[in-house]
Order: sequence, then C-alpha cells, then structure tokens
Amino acid sequence: MRATPPMNPQTQPLLQVQDLRVRFGAKEVVHGVSFDVHPGEKLALVGESGSGKSVTALALLRLAGDARIEGRALMQGRDLLQLPERELRAVRGEAIAMVFQEPMTALNPLMTVGQQVAEVLMLKQGLSKSQSAQSAIELIANTGIPEPARRAACYPHQLSGGQRQRAMIAMALACRPRLLLADEPTTALDVTLRGQILELLSDLQRQTGMAVLLITHDLNLVRRFADRVAVMEHGHLVEQGGVAQVFGAPKHDYTRRLIGSAPRRDVIEAEDVAGAEGAAPAAQAGGLSVAYPVAVPGLRGWLAKGEFVAVKGVGFRIQRARTLGVVGESGSGKSTLAQALLGLLPARGELQVAGQAWQQPAHRNSAHNQALRRQVQVVFQDPFSSLSPRMTVEDIVGEGLRVHAPQLPAPERRARVAAMLAEVGLAEAQFPGLLARYPHEFSGGQRQRLAIARALIVQPQLLVLDEPTSALDVTIQQQVLSLLARLQKERGLSYLLITHDVAVVRAMAHEVIVMKDGEVVESGGVHQVLDAPRHPYTQRLVAAAAMQDSAG
Amino acid sequence: MDAPLRTAAHPTAPSLSPTRRAWRRFRANRLGFWSLVVFCTLVVLSLGAELISNDRPLLVRYQGQFYLPMLHDYPETTFGGDFQTPADYLDPYVRQRITEGGNWAVYTINPYGPKTLNYFAKAPNPSGPSRANWLGTDDRGRDLLAQLIYGFRVSVLFGLALTAAGVLLGVLAGAVQGFFGGKTDLALQRFIEIWGSMPELYLLIIFSAVFAPSIALLLVLLSLFGWMGLSDYVRAEFLRNRQLDYVKAARALGVPDRQIIWRHILPNSMTPVVTFLPFRMGAAILALTSLDFLGLGVPPGTPSLGELLSQGKNNIDAWWISIFTFGVLVTTLLLLTFMGDALRDALDPRKAEQ
Repeated sequence: MRATPPMNPQTQPLLQVQDLRVRFGAKEVVHGVSFDVHPGEKLALVGESGSGKSVTALALLRLAGDARIEGRALMQGRDLLQLPERELRAVRGEAIAMVFQEPMTALNPLMTVGQQVAEVLMLKQGLSKSQSAQSAIELIANTGIPEPARRAACYPHQLSGGQRQRAMIAMALACRPRLLLADEPTTALDVTLRGQILELLSDLQRQTGMAVLLITHDLNLVRRFADRVAVMEHGHLVEQGGVAQVFGAPKHDYTRRLIGSAPRRDVIEAEDVAGAEGAAPAAQAGGLSVAYPVAVPGLRGWLAKGEFVAVKGVGFRIQRARTLGVVGESGSGKSTLAQALLGLLPARGELQVAGQAWQQPAHRNSAHNQALRRQVQVVFQDPFSSLSPRMTVEDIVGEGLRVHAPQLPAPERRARVAAMLAEVGLAEAQFPGLLARYPHEFSGGQRQRLAIARALIVQPQLLVLDEPTSALDVTIQQQVLSLLARLQKERGLSYLLITHDVAVVRAMAHEVIVMKDGEVVESGGVHQVLDAPRHPYTQRLVAAAAMQDSAG
Repeated sequence: MDAPLRTAAHPTAPSLSPTRRAWRRFRANRLGFWSLVVFCTLVVLSLGAELISNDRPLLVRYQGQFYLPMLHDYPETTFGGDFQTPADYLDPYVRQRITEGGNWAVYTINPYGPKTLNYFAKAPNPSGPSRANWLGTDDRGRDLLAQLIYGFRVSVLFGLALTAAGVLLGVLAGAVQGFFGGKTDLALQRFIEIWGSMPELYLLIIFSAVFAPSIALLLVLLSLFGWMGLSDYVRAEFLRNRQLDYVKAARALGVPDRQIIWRHILPNSMTPVVTFLPFRMGAAILALTSLDFLGLGVPPGTPSLGELLSQGKNNIDAWWISIFTFGVLVTTLLLLTFMGDALRDALDPRKAEQ
C-alpha cells in the first residue's frame, strides 16, 4: 500500500471542474460532474462503458465532437470551456496533453515516430528541424524504448504495441504539460505490458511533477497507480476520495458492487468429478495441426500456395463437466485451435469430439459432420458482432433447432426457445415480447446470454468459450461467469475456455494449457500451473496478475 | 447493473426491426419523405395517363346510348359523320355532334394523346402555350403536355426496370464473389474488368443497327453493363460480414451455405444497395434521356424526354419545349436525389446507434 501523497489544502487546484454537463443532441450523457485535480496528483476516473468518463475528459479539451458542453473547467484561473479556439489550441499539448487507448490509430502511419514527436516540438516550441529531431530522440529514450535513434526512424507499424504506446507518451510529454489525460492507456495492450506502461507513467510523473488524470475501467490499475479516485456511473460522479479510503470503505452502492466484482471460483472441483474419469472425454486431441494457406510472393505464387501453421502438434483432453483453460498472447493460435475443434477449419492429427472424429476437411457439411456439430457449440467474445442485428431473438436462438430438429412444429420450437432463454436468465416476464425483440435492445451481458442460449439449445456436450467476458464490464463479467458455472453443474457441460485473464482462468478452469507460437508450452491442473508456473511466458503472465492482486 | 434491473430501461412498446427504425428516421427527414410522396403520386398519376391525357373521351352519351371510345373504335358514321374511318373526337364537327342536344361527352383533362397531331391548331407548329395546348406543341403539332406525361411514364418505368435488373445481377454477382471468395472471386473479378472495359455506346450503336430498336432491347443492353458498380459494394459487404462472429456461429450450428447467405449475410449487406437505389434510378433515367437525345434510344414515335430535348435544341425559338422538358427532368432527378439523401441518412450506421 502506497503512502498518501502530501495533500496540502492551501495549494491551488491545477484544474477545477465545476458542474460539467455534456449533451449530444437531446441526450445528456454527463450530468453535472465536479472534481479538482491538484498539481502533481494522480487522479483516476473510474467507470464502466457508457458511464461518461471518456466524454468528460474529451470535453475538457473540447474534443468531444459536436457535443454541447456546459459548466466550468478552470485551468489556473482560465475557463477552458470559454476560451476562444486559438487560445485553446495553445492549451492543448502545452498545458494539457492526451494519451489515447489505441496507439495504432492515434499515430499517423505515414510518418516516422521521430518525425511525429519532432513535429510537436517544432509547432509548440518553435525549435529548428535538427534541434527538434535531436530532442525527439531524447524524449523517446526517456520512455524506455531501446535503441531510441533507430526506433525514431521507424514507422508506427514497425514498432510493437507497447513501444507504440511509449511513443505516444513521448509525444504527449514533448511540451512538458502540467496535466496528462490518459484515456485507457493500457487497455489495448497485452496483459504483461500493462504494468510496464503504468510504471513508466508513474516514473515520468514523478520526474516532471505533472498531474495525471487516468481514465480506466480497470480497478487494479487504479489501486496501483492513483492517489485519488473518482467513480462515475451513468454520467454521475457517485463517489470520490483517496484510493485507500474509497477501496477500503466504499460509501456508494455502485462502488461496492464494482469492487466486489472480481471473479469468484464456484465450480465443482476436479476431485469431485473424479468418478467421470472412466467415461469418454468430451473432447480430445493429439498431435493436432492447423494450417492456413498463404500467398507466396512473386511468380511462384501463381502456381503454388504457401502454408502458415497456426497450431503445431497440440494435444489435450477435456473431461466431462470440466473446463480446460487455454491461455496465450494474441497470435498464439488459441482461436485457431477453437475453430478446429468446432469443425470450421480443416485440421491434421487426432481430434475427437464426444468420441467421434471430424470427417476432414471438417468445414464441409457432410452428414456425419452435420450431426457432430450438435455436440460442440461456441460463444464468442464480442457480443455485438455475434448476433445478427436483423434477426429476432426467436430466430437467433431457434436457428439450431431449425437445422437439427426441422420436424419440430413452430409452437413447440417457440416453447423450447422460451425455456432456454429462461434458463440463461432472460424471462418473458422481464422483457415483454422477448421473442420478437431485436438484439440492439439488449446490453452486452444480455447479448452474451442470448449467445449462450443459442449455443445450448441443441444440447451440446462441449462449449467453446472464446474470451466470453473480456468485452464486458466487470460487474457483468461476474454474472456471466456464474451463469456459466451454474450451467456446467446442472447440465454436465464441458468448456474450452480461451482467455488471457488470469483471474477468469483461476475462477473457472480445472486444467490449463498455455500456448505460444502455436505450441503448448505448459499444461496441467489450474493450481499447479498458476501457482508454480514453469515457462517464462506463464511466469510473466502470472506475475503481472499477481502484482495487481497484491496491490489490492 | 443486474440483468433483470435493466428491464426498466426497456419500454413495453413492440420491438422495432432495424428496417422499421430506418423507415422512422427516413420519415423524420421531411424533405426526403415528401419527395417520396410527391414522386409516388406522380408515378401513380402517370400510370393512369390514359385517363388524364387522351384524344378520346372517357364516355360518350349519343342519342340515348353510351359509348366507351377508350375501349372501342367507333367509325365516324356512328356519330352521324360521313366516313367509315375511326372518329376523330377533336374534329369540331364530331365534337359538335356528340355534345349538342341531349348528347354529352366526358373528355380527359388534357384532350390529347402522345401521338395526337393537332390539325386544328391556330398557329404554325411548333406553337406556343395557348388555351388549346397548355404547354404548346412540338414541331409536329403534338401536344407537349401529353408528351411530357407519357415521356415521364416511360422514363420512370424504364428507370425502375433497369434498376431492378441491375440490383438483381449486381447482388447476385457480388454475393457469389464475396461469399465464396478465393478463385471464384478472382475469376469473376477479372471477368468484370474485361466486361467493364467494353465500349458501351459503340455496342449500342452496333446493336441498334442490327436489331429493330425497341425498349426491351435497350433494357437488356443497358442491364448487361449496369450492374458492375453495385456488385463491388455487395462483394465488399459480403467479405466483411462472412467473417463476423454470427456467421461463424451459424456455421458451427451446421446451417447450410444457402441459408447463411439468405438469412444471415444478405439482409446485413443490403445497406449500400438500398442507399444507392434512388441515385441509380436517377442515373438510369438520365441514361435513357441522353440516348434518346442522341437518337439511339427508344424507337421513333415513343414519347420520350430525350427526344423532346433534342427537338428543343433544333427549335431554339420554341422556348417552351426546352423549358418544360428540362423542368420535368430536373424535378424528377431532384426528387430522386432528395430521397437518396434521406435514405442515406436513415441507413447511416452512426445514426442508427442513437
């Protein structure tokens, strides 16, 4: 636990936000928010998606599109909301700088990183071309990018995600701003990189004495980073105070829910289902390889296709009513593995679902494969792209029955759809006319429940969960996970759970495999792998998560 | 935040499909909506052009008997004339016979058909607007208003047919390319490039020399080349949509390709098609008009806006021909453009989210 920073009540606040209201058209999204940022302070603005936290930050620099902004934002006595555009432009970058979530889109792909940093220096500080190029390299070096001179000559796509975000920070700090607005600066990064970026921000904050307003939905980041925290819900600021105070004794109901929403383990432990050991596994694979055709450059490409092997000789076994967690960084072949298991990609090697192998190529809809599809279903990460916006709930959930039980009369099908929806927690009583509704009326968590209902209506043995909760807000995440745990207990379902969130694996999985570059680098029981990781990647992953836990 | 608690946010009103919501946004755009209303009214009126502008009366009561000149040809002798030829109801003599005494006749509002020559005009052809010919006559003495009404009908129907054919072919080709991808896509794309580089106008000239010119031939020829722009958009939408998660989920359920295309991808790929409909129709009308202007369009004698424009060019003193034809053309295209703008706004995904 960190020491509370010196809070001198006499110091004039750097930024005073008073009764800020933001309206898009007729819809008000921020309802009168007031807070202060003191010099050298690290304030975190926390909230779930749609709580208005990002809009609040953008509104301070009047960057929130065609929003109507009311209230006052006093920066050293000047109201940012009343400044003429010319003077505001001087404030942006010089007094207040911003770091965005997605560094790939925030950087210009046609300019080298060094040029982009240097441009800021030339514009804002009037340095000459050679001076600014030299300072740009120094700034980039300060953000901990190795070989700064060489990296400065790189284009954004040539840098890794973490380095891009560092370059963004170098740009933001080019003019030594008094206040840095960091809008979800680590969300787009791999878990193991998040801690490093935060440490960098902390170091730079200490060196320069600037204030930081961190906007995030990740409470662990707040615990590690911030001095004070302000919690937003539906455009209202419901609670603010020192980090220790808010986390230790949350006053507002919403804050309490937010803090209490870490995934909890509520599954039947492996020992208790040991009796099922003799039964056929829900799925098993050995020496499984999946390859994509890729274009070969040059004239040879006209005649032959190359091959990219995304999954190389993977083996695993999923017992009945158990969960296999698959962990790995992006690009490690997790999702390809899932698609092979679903019979959507041709695969080589041994692969059985419910005791039967796919007829290769598996993506062909032969009668055998068609029957087998019933046994393994899928829930995807993004609840918005996984439901067709132009189909009703009844059509979406009932689709599996149309395919696998076409003889079923329509009223019977409707009854089964309604029963399935009730089982995942969507009852007709709460949503009048539920079956005739369209997906756009449901929130992310509810859409995920619809996706689960669609998968379960054909009564599969195995459910592939491809990052099922990573697109959801933390309070919703816990609800969906406990729904999945309950369905596993009630129906004896097996799960293949793909995720990069150690907390989710800890809560849900019985066994874990860790993938890197298409190979399994580590496997075993969940406690064994996560408590005593052997492979360096697993160690890094667990360490990053552990740092967050211990900080709380 | 608990799922059931969210219920309060949902009104009990019936759920609106995305299409219905887009229609609502379209209706909220007053210019676009009223353009649609006016355009539809004009089209419906022009479909019943025979009841508005015709050289035969709708109904004649002659010596205690009813006659329907629109449906039957009656010789002039029926109405006490001298000749066995079909009666010319604009002939002052015939007109007098069927309207005197207890006889009466109901003429249409504009008593000329598209091919009716006004033999009884008081001024030389082309004659300017007068009580007899409200918008004047063209250089052969045909009533301009009648020409415009029938010409508008031909243009709109041709535009509709050409748009429908283009959409059908374009969606089909785009769907096949986008869904199957790979070699199918490659082959069709090369075919489109070759097909698209054919000189359309020369082909039209050649074909109009070989075949007897007709509207059907024109429709077929223009359809053959009119689908390519659209197929690119549909192809792109299919390429994007086919790898979305809901399509993967449908595949995992074992839904056949045919149904994936029809139920899942196609309804979600129609936005660019629908958005372009009014603009495509405007372009089709304009294409017909310009071909007619060049004399490569509809067969001679068919009422056509392009032919009238060409007459206007040849008779530059007869200002009424150019002005009124131009007015009809501009009004039609403007209405279509306003509709297109409103439709584009209504289907804008950014606005759909609000």
